[in-house]
Amino acid sequence: MGYPHKSHPRETPVLSKHFGNPEARKLETWKSLGGYKALQQALTMDPVAIQNVVKESGLRGRGGAGFPTGLKWSFMKLNDGKPHYLACNADESEPGTFKDREIMRWTPHALIEGCAIGAYAIGAETAYIYVRGEFTEPIARLEEALKEARAAGIIGNNAMGSGKKIDVWVHRGAGAYICGEETALMNSLEGKRGNPRIKPPFPAVSGLFGQPTTINNVETLTAVPHILNNGAEWYKAMCLSSPKSTGSKLFSVCGNVAKPGNYEVVMGFSFKEFLYDLCGGPLPGRKFKALIPGGSSVPVITIDEAESVKMDYEGFLEVGTMLGSGGVIIFDDAQSMPRQLARLSRFYAHESCAQCTQCREGTAWMTKILERIVAGQGTFEDLDTIFDLAENMTGKTICVLSDSCAAPVTSGINKFRGEFEALIKGKRSSTVAMGAGV
Amino acid sequence: MSHGPSAPSAAPHGQSHDHEPYQPVFTPGSARKQELDDLKTRYPDKRACLLPGLWMIQQDRGWISEDAMREIGEQLGVTAAYVKGVVTFYTMYHQHPVGQHFIQVCTTSPCLCAGADKVVEAFLEHTGCKELGLTSPDGKYTVIEVECLGACGFATPVQINEDYVENVTPEKVPEILRGLQ
Repeated sequence: MGYPHKSHPRETPVLSKHFGNPEARKLETWKSLGGYKALQQALTMDPVAIQNVVKESGLRGRGGAGFPTGLKWSFMKLNDGKPHYLACNADESEPGTFKDREIMRWTPHALIEGCAIGAYAIGAETAYIYVRGEFTEPIARLEEALKEARAAGIIGNNAMGSGKKIDVWVHRGAGAYICGEETALMNSLEGKRGNPRIKPPFPAVSGLFGQPTTINNVETLTAVPHILNNGAEWYKAMCLSSPKSTGSKLFSVCGNVAKPGNYEVVMGFSFKEFLYDLCGGPLPGRKFKALIPGGSSVPVITIDEAESVKMDYEGFLEVGTMLGSGGVIIFDDAQSMPRQLARLSRFYAHESCAQCTQCREGTAWMTKILERIVAGQGTFEDLDTIFDLAENMTGKTICVLSDSCAAPVTSGINKFRGEFEALIKGKRSSTVAMGAGV
Repeated sequence: MSHGPSAPSAAPHGQSHDHEPYQPVFTPGSARKQELDDLKTRYPDKRACLLPGLWMIQQDRGWISEDAMREIGEQLGVTAAYVKGVVTFYTMYHQHPVGQHFIQVCTTSPCLCAGADKVVEAFLEHTGCKELGLTSPDGKYTVIEVECLGACGFATPVQINEDYVENVTPEKVPEILRGLQ
């Protein structure tokens, strides 16, 4: 079942199969649907064998970076006498992305099972699910499910009677986009300001509380039980284009589109069919103009570019953007790109942790300049300044927040320069509704 | 965390509330004290209980005062200045009292596409709040703009205290306000 729409026949609902069904939140129902079978099996396996199955499946991180999950797990040195930790990144704050929220709201046990398997596979006895502070409903669903799972002995000191200890806890954030960056997440969980850390050391060497740690996204961990239940080959076979991208993926769709929501398709699906068939195309009387396909931090593409894309990690790279988190933001022909990008830039300026100069100053100045252009007070020199700023904001900071501000802005100017120039010349395009400014 | 123009960085109406008497939350034998002590067993370092501890204070007292920062600092072995550094980093901890109904309207790009700016205007108009971040004269409402609430497919999402209200349009605002206790 899709959410908030009924599943489209061309979808492949694996993770989203039970979205919209409140019964699936209950342990009893969840078990009758096959829940916790994979964990039971996993606990009889060697952790390295689990890592290998996940490696073979081709599963890659669904939070945005697309790093191979099995490989990440194998960086954890087993039996080194240190406590290991699994941190599940549920700080879903990337504009355009709202898939993890639905996983937690509708199928909390699926995530708990994924966390327990992940923890066991990396030699950890404790997993923390770090959920953004605003997500009160997902937190409540997870807490209810954890209570049930603990009472049933599924997690705890003797997980499913295996003699192994696996604890899973929810940790609530308090409003900070940057805490979705893995090292900032660890600092926040430790009770600190959410400033990203310099790498190395990488989390697998020194992470949470200075101990070896793996951080995985909600959707990534939720896919793991399915891989164990059905096998690596089954997962690998879910592939319509590049063999480097396997499995099903949840795409969140929002903005100016007929049917916003979450859609789960096999990697390599046609983006054109996705946009016009599954998502219902543009709103009546409108045309798609541009989109940001992977959460707001990736380059903007035009609708013409988008129509040729195969929806996988490689397919989006081919048109100069990224799959990212799979949060598709669509702008139609009624939207002003300068206005939208100025607002996006303001988001990054607000969320900068202010540690690095290039980010603190860069995001703020970029916003100021863009807002000036939108207000009809910009100059052509301002556009050059933005590109100069962007160069200094890219690849020069501890984390990629400032890169994430520069990417959509510069690509947006390159592709829709006419709209910016029209504002600078004081000739607002008659087809573009400017609204009240940013 | 830099505060944008929409964040409530100043006390409403310029009044300071720090002179108001503070009722401690984690008194010996209290349920909250027990809850905090139980929480400490989940982490190898009790400082990890700082965010959860601040949530407890905010739930019980409505906001995080200087006295509250001192109290939680003492519980976890960190200074009040350290706690302040953390409190000010996160946007969800109130550093001054807010209205009974704290209304956060998401206006980040996807919601802006859906007309979130008009939703903000409707909330300001119907609550009697003069400006973003200021509490209405009757003390009932505070309205702010918030960055991405992670519910972009249900634009415009609005968070009122703990709860999300989805697909909000300006027309629905009066009815939403009538439904609040």
